[in-house]
Amino acid sequence: MSFLQVDNLVTRYGAITALQGVSLRVEEGEIVTLIGANGAGKTTLLRTLSGILRPATGAITFRGENITPWQTDRIVRAGIVQSPEGRLVFRGMSVRENLQLGAYTRRDRDEIAKDMGHVFELFPRLKERLNQSAGTLSGGEQQMLAIGRALMSRPKLLMLDEPSLGLAPLLVREIFRIVEEINREGVTVLLVEQNARQALAIAHRGYVLQTGQVVMEDTAAALAQNEVVRKAYLGG
Amino acid sequence: MKSAAAHTIHTMISWLLKAVWIAGTILVLLALQPLLQSGAIIDPYWFRILLLMGINVTLAVSLNLINGFCGQFSIAHAGFMAVGAYTSSYFTLHALYTPVRNLSFAQQATWMIGALLVGAVTAGIAGFIVGIPSLRLRGDYLAIATLGFGEIIRVAILNIEEVGGASGLSDIPPLSSFFWIWLIALMTIALSRNLLVSSHGRAVLAVREDEIAAEALGVPTTKYKVIVFAFSSALAGMAGVLAAHLDLSIYPSSFTFLRSIEIIVMVILGGLGSTTGAVLGAALVTLLPEGLRYVPAFTVRGYVVEMQAWRMVIYSLLLIVLMLTRPRGLLGGMEWSWHGLSRIGGRWFRGRPSDRNLPPEEQGEGDLL
Repeated sequence: MSFLQVDNLVTRYGAITALQGVSLRVEEGEIVTLIGANGAGKTTLLRTLSGILRPATGAITFRGENITPWQTDRIVRAGIVQSPEGRLVFRGMSVRENLQLGAYTRRDRDEIAKDMGHVFELFPRLKERLNQSAGTLSGGEQQMLAIGRALMSRPKLLMLDEPSLGLAPLLVREIFRIVEEINREGVTVLLVEQNARQALAIAHRGYVLQTGQVVMEDTAAALAQNEVVRKAYLGG
Repeated sequence: MKSAAAHTIHTMISWLLKAVWIAGTILVLLALQPLLQSGAIIDPYWFRILLLMGINVTLAVSLNLINGFCGQFSIAHAGFMAVGAYTSSYFTLHALYTPVRNLSFAQQATWMIGALLVGAVTAGIAGFIVGIPSLRLRGDYLAIATLGFGEIIRVAILNIEEVGGASGLSDIPPLSSFFWIWLIALMTIALSRNLLVSSHGRAVLAVREDEIAAEALGVPTTKYKVIVFAFSSALAGMAGVLAAHLDLSIYPSSFTFLRSIEIIVMVILGGLGSTTGAVLGAALVTLLPEGLRYVPAFTVRGYVVEMQAWRMVIYSLLLIVLMLTRPRGLLGGMEWSWHGLSRIGGRWFRGRPSDRNLPPEEQGEGDLL
């Protein structure tokens, strides 16, 4: 049994079926990337895995447990957390408060303080901005905050929804370098990206999602060489 | 790291301080009551306005919990006030036979606390029942749904003969007083401020800031919305109890959605999301119609104009002007604090620029100025 196993997941918004039977697996310690165009169902899949959306059919198994019917807070406690698309930080709140909210499901104060220190090691810039309200941060800093906030729940599986969205190329490389570092520290990563080149460069394996279905699955290196992928997602 | 013993002592001292604060507040209010009531300091007319202001403070601060902190726009506050007013009055009318003037202070207090509990619990339950289906909605839809529920409550009461139908309830025992009205108002303010600095308060604000992001971090957003809504309704119910036992008669027509709108005006005038603002808004909206009484009537082309009759027009103009000049209300999410006060002082001396120069979305988080 895999670390995370998704079987035949179907999620609908009213009459529209956004996920048409998605199956995939993530092994412990991997970086798995999910690439696909706008509207392929990437965000829907992450929201379903988080328990924010309910699947119509299908099963999600995490470390041998069927978590399909679980509420989000229980899923976060079990170790799955996502950093949502579009850097959804709490703009009116300070950097510190954002991070504290990341640890919402935890009560172990000393450990939380330790983890906040670790987030500052990964993102020193957040420490400088500790009492600044999140809305005043730059786009890159907001993305760092969104990732740091997700780490505050001490996840086993970190799901990142388009962390490179709207960032300058230099910052994108910086963010991906840190994602690799987080992974080396033992956190499994499910990375959803439109920026397929960068994502495949750091991932172990990848899936290609098209109109709510997995159309391709391979190692990241093989996908990066694949003719169809190169044409469709890597710009030829 | 603090040792366990030091921590315990610290906790004990902070509890002791809280107890001293509460006892002190009660004593001050008890001492003020006869002083103000005697007419020596303020005449009975202004004393009555002070009482109405206390009730409005409770209503505005409690509505700010759900509309301001949690970001869920509700227009049902008068409905929950009605639930509290009616259930508690029904209770005291049917259970209390002795005239209030023959009761000792302790007996009066017991009955008042009983009435407040009845009102708070029933209004809280009503809020819970209304909240579960309507808080699934967002924005305008939620506002319309709560508007509907508020009216449903009023029309339901109108059609229950047991509570007097359209003629309402009268001869309610006069249990309410300056002491109780302002004790509940101060309690509401204290609860509201304490909630905000707790971890639950942070979660409530997160729901307002971004529901999806809050949900993704494991914050049970629906649970928070329903709990805050029920809690806010319970406090509105208490305001209803105090108003009913002050006016001694209540009618369904006192609790139309216009009353809800009036409470919303207080909150928005003061600054949505600010407890200080809600208090200020409640005070202004209570005082405004009274102040207009002092404007002498004048004649325009033979028509006599009395400003008092124009108060709804003046409310509207005031709101329009405010929305144009300070769209986030007088305080715009800021709170009064000693720390903020000392910073204003410091700024005066050093002449630092104020945060007015920042773009509007970056203004006014945190302390007052």
